[in-house]
Amino acid sequence: MAEFSLPKNSKIQPGKHYPAKDAKKPRTFRIYRWSPDDGQNPRIDTYEVDLAACGPMVLDALLKIKNEIDPTLTLRRSCREGICGSCAMNIDGTNTLACTCAIDSVAKGDVKIYPLPHMPVVKDLVPDLTHFYAQFASIKPWLRTQSPAPDKERLQSPEERKKLDGLYECILCACCSTSCPSYWWNGDKYLGPAILLQAYRWIVDSRDEATGERLDDLEDPFKLYRCHTIMNCTRTCPKGLNPAKAIAEIKKLMVERRSA
Amino acid sequence: MADTQRPTSPHLQIYKRQVQMMTSITHRATGIALAVGSLLVVCGLLQLAAGEDSFNHFKSIIGSPLGVILLLGWSWSLFYHLCNGIRHLIQDAGFGYEIPQFVRSSWLSVVGSIVLTVLVWTYVLTAGGAA
Repeated sequence: MAEFSLPKNSKIQPGKHYPAKDAKKPRTFRIYRWSPDDGQNPRIDTYEVDLAACGPMVLDALLKIKNEIDPTLTLRRSCREGICGSCAMNIDGTNTLACTCAIDSVAKGDVKIYPLPHMPVVKDLVPDLTHFYAQFASIKPWLRTQSPAPDKERLQSPEERKKLDGLYECILCACCSTSCPSYWWNGDKYLGPAILLQAYRWIVDSRDEATGERLDDLEDPFKLYRCHTIMNCTRTCPKGLNPAKAIAEIKKLMVERRSA
Repeated sequence: MADTQRPTSPHLQIYKRQVQMMTSITHRATGIALAVGSLLVVCGLLQLAAGEDSFNHFKSIIGSPLGVILLLGWSWSLFYHLCNGIRHLIQDAGFGYEIPQFVRSSWLSVVGSIVLTVLVWTYVLTAGGAA
């Protein structure tokens, strides 16, 4: 059953305020904080950052806060160029990568930053992705074949290869899955947009020989059919991919093979 | 690894109210409203079967200002659920998945339902319908 409100230990309290001294171009960041060590509920801390001495992206501001204002602020980041997916978080109400989100793209008011929605929080902006990765493993995301391996690579025509465009670019940042209300309410059993897009990536791969088994595995009231084409996934994907479309294609394949 | 003390990060409370999410939630809400509304139709039929007096009594209740507001809400729910349902059928066939397309079609469901509701109520009020 869907829980619309937050559990007692997750209710957000007012937090601390860190004013900026002599800032030329101040901007206020309101950031979700929670530490497992102090037994407190989550809180929102407010940081004033001088954008005159800060890089253009939200990640630049977060690292400036961590380096110069509050070293306890905890977040994941690595590549700082939108390829690793580590810094996925909820910025100004939608999920995106902090490294490719310009501070100026948050039009007015404070910049509000939360962890990815409806996830267990490890600390501050770091969600626990264990279940998400387990769901990824469950779709067997590798080439499955029965035919003997050829001497060289398994060949693909340019047309067959083209079917993987818009799918192989997914970096598994979990922005789409954690934007999906269906995944919020049924994430224990529903695979969510990211994993279903990955599933489709192997279903349409011309070299894969387990298409039938892959579809059998998804033929389930929860794994696939909790998608109600809400489209938050496609709207939020920081790589411009279309998980909703991929899920629709899987549903179409299900119907086609039933009528075949 | 699982720590039950971990808080759940906020979701509905903080996610931006974008049109595609709001139309989806409204589709569910209007579906529930229509299920309740169909009970009212059954009530009306039962009153009709019970004779003229009881049906007149039923008419006076739903003809009251509160009754008219409820009828207005139900008729809008019907048209919204219809418009958005057609949109979902088109999507199930694999069309309209680009961001500008589904933002536009979401707004079309909203505007279409309001236009249809206004048309029906204009007819009912000017042609002296049964409400």
